[in-house]
Amino acid sequence: MGSYRLNGTEIEHDEEGYITEISLWSKELADLIAKEENIEMTDEHWEVVNFLREYYEEYQIAPAVRVLIKSIKKSMGKEKGNNKYMYQLFPYGPAKQACKIAGLPKPTGCV
Amino acid sequence: MVELAIRNSNASQDLPDPLEIPDLAPGAMAASKPFPASPDHQAAIGFPGELVDDWKERAIDKLGELVAGSRGLRVYLDSCVKCGACTDKCHYFLGSGDPNNMPVARQDLLRKVYRRYFTFAGKYFPWLVGAQELSEEVLDEWYSYFHQCSQCRRCSVYCPYGIDTAEVSMAAREIMDTVGKGQKYCNEIIGKVHKIGNNLGLQEKALKATLEDLEDDLEEETGLEIKLPVDVRGADILLVTPSADFFAEPHIDGLLGYAKVFHQMGESWTLSSHASEAANFGMFIGSEENMRKMAMRVRKAAEDLGVRRIIFGECGHAWRAAYSFMNTLVGPFDFLDQNYPIPQHICEYTHDLIEKGALTFDKSRNDHIRLTFHDSCNVARASRMGDRPGGQFEYPRAILRAVCNHFYDMPADTIREATVCCGGGGGLLTDELMDLRKKGAQPRMRALQHVAAEHGVTHMAAICAICKTQFAKVMPEYGFEMDAIVSIHQLVGNAIILDGQIMDDDAAPDDAPGAGGDEG
Repeated sequence: MGSYRLNGTEIEHDEEGYITEISLWSKELADLIAKEENIEMTDEHWEVVNFLREYYEEYQIAPAVRVLIKSIKKSMGKEKGNNKYMYQLFPYGPAKQACKIAGLPKPTGCV
Repeated sequence: MVELAIRNSNASQDLPDPLEIPDLAPGAMAASKPFPASPDHQAAIGFPGELVDDWKERAIDKLGELVAGSRGLRVYLDSCVKCGACTDKCHYFLGSGDPNNMPVARQDLLRKVYRRYFTFAGKYFPWLVGAQELSEEVLDEWYSYFHQCSQCRRCSVYCPYGIDTAEVSMAAREIMDTVGKGQKYCNEIIGKVHKIGNNLGLQEKALKATLEDLEDDLEEETGLEIKLPVDVRGADILLVTPSADFFAEPHIDGLLGYAKVFHQMGESWTLSSHASEAANFGMFIGSEENMRKMAMRVRKAAEDLGVRRIIFGECGHAWRAAYSFMNTLVGPFDFLDQNYPIPQHICEYTHDLIEKGALTFDKSRNDHIRLTFHDSCNVARASRMGDRPGGQFEYPRAILRAVCNHFYDMPADTIREATVCCGGGGGLLTDELMDLRKKGAQPRMRALQHVAAEHGVTHMAAICAICKTQFAKVMPEYGFEMDAIVSIHQLVGNAIILDGQIMDDDAAPDDAPGAGGDEG
């Protein structure tokens, strides 16, 4: 266990860097987590992160990768709405790495 | 032309033997440990939150209870003669060289403690029989190395005494859980199944939204209203499938394949939001109570919905849990139609239809794929399909040959009952064990490289959610695309000709995420 230090406050995360209290998420925190993952947040990254958060708010779980891709296809076009591009954005996988940056719990199970 | 160019039987001669024995690397994997379960994860499945003060006494008591309750376990602990037949049979040993990953050595971590407390020689002359007291050091070794066994049982095939190493690993994990030393990945997931109904924690609302979304995809692809029904009372068939089929690639393509076959046959079928998981991780941690509780969800869903049949989707250990244990745990299933297997595997269902000539395929739709098949360990060595021995090997291959023109098996000593594990089974499919997972995948990946070199194989099919996720993750390490792993029913779904479907024969189904075609 450890924590992110943001503007003088400690925000606890689990062994893998997923924050344990999702209400403590903020855009600044997302930037900080992304930096630790060696990711420079661009508009495209934010599009994914924002969608994940909206979906989570509605369903208390991250969307299936396919559902995410379909939404990105709608908003950013076919060149970006595909699995390959998602892995370019989030090399460790859109489901896990993007969730971490979006402050959502890690998807569990055989995924 | 293509066929001639890549069918070169010498092409693989420079590749390493998939089962090549490595140099010994003592202690190489000693530091490999999964994250510990939190007190909450432990409590949710009936175990102490952290290591209890009298852990040593309790562990020994538990071991005594287990050997008293299972003649099998006692025989496995008593009968090893150190013949060495198993030493080079474990994929984790082959990939890591750590001698503690030789199955005999791993079992001995428990066996030496069993000897000390439960055998005459071990009690009075421990130094003569390799008996050892339980200590913190031993407990740490257990935690490390019993989480380097995927319970695949390949070693058991070669053991002249038939010692089932998986049972020994399960017992060790159960003892550890009992004293408060649980593993996060398995135990968090089991808690989610008890609370929500599946490994993912996918609630009913999210499940329904996902399925509706996938129905839209199916309609867009086929022009047909192909349903993914959930909680339909009075349906004939309850489909229980791993929740990864609702979430991950290529698993979802398998789910769409089942739906297409059901649709074509006009079946009345349903998923259940109560039993929205085929997996049963209770088996991985050796906990009969947790296994029973999870199996009971399937029974309850079947009774509540009033179905006549239960079919299991593509999930390896789930099929073992269902085929070998479900009737004992929560049977009898006398309320189901006795004319069908209870439970039935989706491959049995589809295979029977193919045999009867009830399905029509356009195999050319899979011509962008040159295929091989990975026998998943729990299907291969712990279950069966159909009514003949070996059906679990023949049925998947018969389906693949019916839907795909180019099928090639991997080297014989790596398939069927000799299959090598994907490297992520038995509750090890967790990111902190990635180094172990990559090493454990090595024999399978090398076998795949052989058929890739000899036959130009581009894709590998599997019928296990863990295998699919594990391969999607480790294949890139071995020079394959992550989407080179496919579901059997994904290929069925590609090739099946549906009545009234919009025909667009020029379009290979490359657009679908997860479908292959980029291997070049």
